[in-house]
Amino acid sequence: MSLFSVMNIAGTALAAQTLRLNITASNMANADSAASSIGGTYRARHPVFAPQAIDPWDFDQSANLGVKVTGVVESAAELRREYQPGHPLADEAGYIFLPNVNVVEEMANMISASRSYQTNVEIMEASKQMLARTLALGQ
Amino acid sequence: MFDLNQAIGIHAQTAILRARRAEVLAANLANADTPHYRARDLDFSALLNGELESSSLQRTDVRHFALGDTQDGGLELLYRVPAQASLDQNTVDVQAERAAFLDNAMRYQASLRFLNSRLAGLLNAFRGE
Repeated sequence: MSLFSVMNIAGTALAAQTLRLNITASNMANADSAASSIGGTYRARHPVFAPQAIDPWDFDQSANLGVKVTGVVESAAELRREYQPGHPLADEAGYIFLPNVNVVEEMANMISASRSYQTNVEIMEASKQMLARTLALGQ
Repeated sequence: MFDLNQAIGIHAQTAILRARRAEVLAANLANADTPHYRARDLDFSALLNGELESSSLQRTDVRHFALGDTQDGGLELLYRVPAQASLDQNTVDVQAERAAFLDNAMRYQASLRFLNSRLAGLLNAFRGE
């Protein structure tokens, strides 16, 4: 029944958006995590979304596509390098390295993720009503 | 002879197609943030006409094709033409899709209501009170 796969589709979207929110949260939390080397510095992470067939046995796979997270990529943007000789993590030259997290971008990402989450919750709510009415047919 | 399909009429097929469309629209909304995803929809009135014709046409030979019986189960999905291009080539317009989904859900419930009243009428007739 296709109304049940509406639930599945919205469910995959909820999972994906939750992961996106999680990643945004860890980016924001680590926005100022200093380190003494380039390799040891936190880099901003971003999820990669891709369509995913809900039911592999469905002949018409082009129709019911949920969303999945195919991976999490680290941002290749330049790390911030600051001269702070007094910092306990400063290297011999007196520099510390800070993550390449763009806080403004992350905020926009967070709002977008929570909006998408809400939309999908509403879709589930609507299809729940449709299903309930269908079950009550003839009563 | 009494034909239940005829008594119920068009509404059962309509509800099935509406449920199918709800699925397609939900997939669009789920992929609102997926790069390169292209929004899809189905041509409701064309499909419903196809259903009606295929149910009324008689096949006199097994080798005849049924109407609307194409490879993808008779449901031809079309791509939506985006009103505004986006940088990641995603063509989902969330507001438009939500409006379409709600519209579709309301029409589904209308079909259910019609079905319900047909069934109630039938039950009344059966009881003969």
